[in-house]
Amino acid sequence: MPRFVPGFVFALAAALGFAFAGPARAQEEPPPPPHQQWSFEGVFGTYDAAALQRGFQVYKEVCSACHALKHLYYRDLTDIGYTEDQVKGVAAQAQVTDGPNDQGEMYQRPGRPSDPIVTPFPNDQAARAANNGALPPDLSLIVKAREGGPDYVYAILTGFKDPPAGFKMQPNMNYNEYFPGHQIAMPPPLTADGQLTYADGTKATIPQMAHDVTTFLAWAAEPNLDERHRMGAKVILFLVIAAGIFYAAKRKIWAALH
Amino acid sequence: MPVTGTGRTSRIIRWIDYRLPFVAMLEHELHEYPTPRNLNYWWNFGSLAGIMLVIMIVSGIVLAMHYTPNAAMAFDSVERIMRDVNYGWLLRYIHMNGASMFFLIVYIHMFRGLYYGSYKYPRELLWMLGVIILLLMMATAFMGYVLPWGQMSYWGATVITNLFSAIPLFGQKIVTLLWGGFTVGNPTLNRFFSLHYLLPFVIVAVVGLHLIALHTHGSNNPLGIDNKGPQDSIPFHPYYTIKDAFGLMVFLIFFSIFIFYLPNFLGDPQNYIPANPLQTPPDIVPEWYFLPFYAILRSMTFNVLGIPSKLIGVMLMFSSILVLFLLPWLDTSRVRSARFRPVYKWVFWFLVIDVLTLGYVGAHPPAGTIVVVGQVATFYYFFHFLILFPLLGKIERPRPLPTSIGAAVLGPAGAAGGN
Repeated sequence: MPRFVPGFVFALAAALGFAFAGPARAQEEPPPPPHQQWSFEGVFGTYDAAALQRGFQVYKEVCSACHALKHLYYRDLTDIGYTEDQVKGVAAQAQVTDGPNDQGEMYQRPGRPSDPIVTPFPNDQAARAANNGALPPDLSLIVKAREGGPDYVYAILTGFKDPPAGFKMQPNMNYNEYFPGHQIAMPPPLTADGQLTYADGTKATIPQMAHDVTTFLAWAAEPNLDERHRMGAKVILFLVIAAGIFYAAKRKIWAALH
Repeated sequence: MPVTGTGRTSRIIRWIDYRLPFVAMLEHELHEYPTPRNLNYWWNFGSLAGIMLVIMIVSGIVLAMHYTPNAAMAFDSVERIMRDVNYGWLLRYIHMNGASMFFLIVYIHMFRGLYYGSYKYPRELLWMLGVIILLLMMATAFMGYVLPWGQMSYWGATVITNLFSAIPLFGQKIVTLLWGGFTVGNPTLNRFFSLHYLLPFVIVAVVGLHLIALHTHGSNNPLGIDNKGPQDSIPFHPYYTIKDAFGLMVFLIFFSIFIFYLPNFLGDPQNYIPANPLQTPPDIVPEWYFLPFYAILRSMTFNVLGIPSKLIGVMLMFSSILVLFLLPWLDTSRVRSARFRPVYKWVFWFLVIDVLTLGYVGAHPPAGTIVVVGQVATFYYFFHFLILFPLLGKIERPRPLPTSIGAAVLGPAGAAGGN
């Protein structure tokens, strides 16, 4: 009966009102990472090739001391604009364990483009032993594996600060504004402007390096983004035209009925 | 209509049809099959669901050619598909977002049935077969989500399989059987993969029954009145084939936006972290299509008459779907379509809001007001089906029905539309 209706409206509106008022969350929650401009955002977004190469340089000279990139191969670097010879050169700088040879022994050889990018530690235990018990995560998927994606990674890289007065730090931990709990085992990786010299002459400020390496890691997590965006535009254009044709056909076929 | 003509093709078709009446059946089900002339676009979602099932099976079979169901290799094999298999990323994003699309379509299809009373006499079994399909889809989707072996796969599997431990006496034994061990592990992944491959074909079989039941009495329609003669119906082909084709294109545009531009929007970032039995994620949240049921499960925070809250929560969650089986008998109204039910029309939208509220609650940690909202919404869900629905049919005064579909659509008194 209609007289039920106002009661339910009220009950549900009240329920929804409570729901959106939101619970008081714990104070430990870090602030949401501020949004940055990324070349790969949006429908027509593509990776900035120069930023990818600078980002790879940051990864190679800084991050790769502790963090692996185990889902990537050297050959993948041709996708970010390196020539095959350059990739061969990058791969050859690494020593890869291969074998067993016909003597039944493992041996070291220079890396080849078909090798996975060599990890800094042979296993997780070795990584922990070298890092006060903390395990540096693999970075292949880090941009997709964190709420906030590239904004979060950038915020962590630039979010190191002195702890606020009275904040109790555990030993070997570092204060980071954006890390859950604010205590991160990783020491600040980007420490000073000019920490490295970019091959393309770009000034290596901390925000620049953080932005470049985050772009590189976004590519590492989603190397097919450029192709996906391009294909999507074609597919959707095709479907819009097909929908138009089918709609016209539908109108024509149904016209006889009315 | 028998195949006529004297050409070679006609002779071959007649030869086959005499022995296996396949073409005759197609002719009968597509061309002669009388369909109400007034179906609106909400009726597109049935055929869309069928097409989505095919898309899921085809993309799934190809993914299975590249996937490795082993706890040590599953995560890496999915990344291998994403990076090194030709168009592997496309296949996986189709399959992963396809699950969401499939549920979205089926939920709209079900709410359409609820609004227009499509579950009522003589379509009770048609509706119940649909509920069985929903249950099978849920089992399939849950097991599929476990396969990438990310953090949410692992912990989702742990939480959901642990629900069965609430069953008195046999609970723990059932859980051990589901796991194939004493924790979620490689045997769990193997059996889930096997079942994830099997169940879609069971769904195909039940969809077959669903279609047989549908074609026995034909589609319901927005007016909810029976087909009374030739003026009320039109052949399915070409009228609804072309309408479905247009609807399919519109749906594929929507689907493509997710595949190509928001492929991980509906997923959880935690599932790009490999499963780690030693580290529980901060929030264990199921995929969006399970959130209302998850909210019902978690709504019980207190024991009742010595029955543990967990057991009641599990029973409520299963009951929230089982109650749908009883719908044809819980609805006491003589009138099918909400168009002619002035009160039910509102009550229907309250149910929609209630389910959306449950979805919101399911997505948030159960603390503070969220718990209370979840309890109110859970109560209303069951109140709607078990009390309001049966009462409403008895006390509501429906508006007069049009004399026939044809009269309503074509006649001068065709004012019955407007919805």
